[in-house]
Amino acid sequence: MSDASPPSSDGDAPADGSAPESATAALIDAARRSDLGLVLGTLLLVYLAATVLTFTDGLNSVVGLMRTLTFLGLVYALAALALNLQWGYAGLFNIGVAGFMALGVYTMGIVVRSPDPAFGPPGFGLPLPVGIAAGMLVAAVVGLLAALPALRLKADYLAIVTLGISEIIRLFLQSSAFDTFLRDALGVGTGGGRGMGMPRNPVRDLFLVDGQAGTPTALGDLVFGVFGESGLGISNTILIDWGYIAVLAAFVIGFYVLLERLGRSPFGRTLKAIREDELVADSLGKNVDLIKIKVFVIGCALMGLAGILWFGSQGNVSPTPQFMPLLTFYVFIAVIIGGSGSNTGAVLGGIVFATVLFEGPRRIGAALRDVIDAQTPPSFGDALVSLDPTAFLAYATDNIAPLQFVFLGLILVFIMHRRPDGLLGDRIETAAAVDLSERPGGGETDE
Amino acid sequence: MGTTDSSIVDSARARPGLLLVALLGGLLLVDLAAKLAGVSLGPVGGALSADRLGSNLWSGVVIGLVIGLAGIGLSMTYSILSFANFSHGDLLSTGAFTGWGVAFLIAGVGDVPLRALLTVRDAGSATSGDIGAHILSTPIAILLGLLAAFAATAVVALALDRAFYKPMRDRDGISILIASIGAALIVRYVIQFVYGSDRRGVTASVEASNLAFAPLGLSVNAHDLTIAVAAIGLMLAMHFMLQRTKLGTAMRAMADNKDLALVTGIPAERVVTATWIIGGGLAGASGYLYVLLRGTIQFDFGWLLLLLIFAAVILGGIGSVYGAIAGGLVIGIVFTTSTIWIPSDFNEAAAFAVMITMLLLRPEGLFGGVTTA
Repeated sequence: MSDASPPSSDGDAPADGSAPESATAALIDAARRSDLGLVLGTLLLVYLAATVLTFTDGLNSVVGLMRTLTFLGLVYALAALALNLQWGYAGLFNIGVAGFMALGVYTMGIVVRSPDPAFGPPGFGLPLPVGIAAGMLVAAVVGLLAALPALRLKADYLAIVTLGISEIIRLFLQSSAFDTFLRDALGVGTGGGRGMGMPRNPVRDLFLVDGQAGTPTALGDLVFGVFGESGLGISNTILIDWGYIAVLAAFVIGFYVLLERLGRSPFGRTLKAIREDELVADSLGKNVDLIKIKVFVIGCALMGLAGILWFGSQGNVSPTPQFMPLLTFYVFIAVIIGGSGSNTGAVLGGIVFATVLFEGPRRIGAALRDVIDAQTPPSFGDALVSLDPTAFLAYATDNIAPLQFVFLGLILVFIMHRRPDGLLGDRIETAAAVDLSERPGGGETDE
Repeated sequence: MGTTDSSIVDSARARPGLLLVALLGGLLLVDLAAKLAGVSLGPVGGALSADRLGSNLWSGVVIGLVIGLAGIGLSMTYSILSFANFSHGDLLSTGAFTGWGVAFLIAGVGDVPLRALLTVRDAGSATSGDIGAHILSTPIAILLGLLAAFAATAVVALALDRAFYKPMRDRDGISILIASIGAALIVRYVIQFVYGSDRRGVTASVEASNLAFAPLGLSVNAHDLTIAVAAIGLMLAMHFMLQRTKLGTAMRAMADNKDLALVTGIPAERVVTATWIIGGGLAGASGYLYVLLRGTIQFDFGWLLLLLIFAAVILGGIGSVYGAIAGGLVIGIVFTTSTIWIPSDFNEAAAFAVMITMLLLRPEGLFGGVTTA
């Protein structure tokens, strides 16, 4: 039995690699092909850049910026992995990611929140694990309802339908009429346009008794003592956030292992066959529709979970602007950068997008603005008529956000033109169980 | 006639979803009639004045005309270039800002600083009352603004095509679709960079802005009437172009069967250029008219409108120009009359739901696969 692993450039990889038997084996297999190294290397580069940008402000700022970047990188990696299952593996062009993430996090909030309406929109008051399971379930069920009829459609129609569904979800969550309806019918609410407070993060309870600042647990005492104000001088919130980042990293690894195993199972091979040529897969007796529905539902459940882990930890969620379609496009850009079809690419794309493309320009713009010694003109027109390049530069660096989106758009077009396969797109897994492009030693060669 | 009847029955039997939609539609009509008559039978009926229904329908038609006008370009790019153009909504914004810049320039030149006029009141502190743009007080400015919106957007659309889409001509629809998302981001945020992100009013208020047609007992807002006349005029021009000119014939041929058109010797690139000029121009004009309708302008309004335009185009059968117009009218009327039954929070959701239902039951659209261009 020969190996399915794609050809890797580094020669030190042992050539025995049979298909992984367990989760740990899959992880070790991944590390052996130095994908883990690639991801960690990228993170290190990002940390280096973050240090260069903030080291003058002290250790607390450096660690704080690293925290923000790591958090964003990991949550984008989670969402990109879920999307990669649908798009990269099965070719399902779902641009309703934001809607499914909103469903997950809102359901979790409603299930877990206290039934007492004194604290904002009431909920069912159930434990957090129930809420997370319910969030994934609701995202999966809505995904199923969407998938049953929509998957018969052409790819661009599916795109428009999923975008429509995600907007319908957002408009419902935004609506105060829907909030009132839910309160009358079920006794729970969404909070409408004002949004909803999220349940306390259990990671906080690990460090603080009942989540109250000032009453650390034993672990909290230890961590705050070594790294905190009395130790290295890093603020407690940042330390607790790093605790949550460890949880997120575990989930990213979990998603990755799950998808890798799924991709190498007979089910995954059928998926890739459908992506390559639906007609052939159909002719070979595979139930294409059923498999597409399954993968769409699994992907939506994972998006729901990603939404919970991402926005559930943010204190407060509101439908606008958090779940606008722009969020979906961010996740798409992450997958496209990494190369659709490659799970490592999705993780890498998530990290690169969140740090280099999303946070990077803002930080650099702010740093540049501090250097420029000029007053910011109130508008583009004023900047232009001043005929002063410094004033114009001040306007541009102060309004870095729109320029950043222009930059994102240029990147997207550039990738589609020059490198449609993304950073790791050449590693797209083949549908066959054995690598057909490289014959094992001893076989005849074509050339 | 007998055969048509039996085929309707057969199709209803084969597709229960269609039957369900027909039943729901019938129920809503009965309910509407009961509401108008003021009869109430349990959940059915209630009270609704004919005036309110009339004004809902009229504003639905006006919005529908604007959406239909915008849909023509989207439909043309879909049928001739075979991709769903996600940057189309931002072409509406392009037209609105450039067009209103010119309209302001003509309406307010001399009284108000130039930079405030050209940036549609982003710079400076002039109010829309100072500039005084209104169809009754400054008709020339409003009409020249419309022309400018058409011209500027056609140029922008053509530039986008040359820079982004032309190198991808032979690629699959999804790749070009993704590139168009990139183009949409670029256009939208260049607009925000140049014109600012505030929502602001553009039209001035004048006294007696309603035109009364005494013999008919009707009173119509002057801007609504302007929009209807301009939109219908542009649609008619489009119709004559498609049916009577050589270019129109070539476009219809390209949309119908690309390979056959190429074999016949139709200059494909020239048709594509014309498609962008006309489709982009109409998008800009409709964006300009939409702002005239709403009275306010914001950098991302076109993007927010895009899904409604898609809904219209899909409803009429994607790729068909006449379908886009009809779909626009349906979506506009659904958008405004749905408030009779559901809270106004959901009127947009209702329009999207109509689109999704249409795609599921009859993906070829209202006019079933007749691609006229």
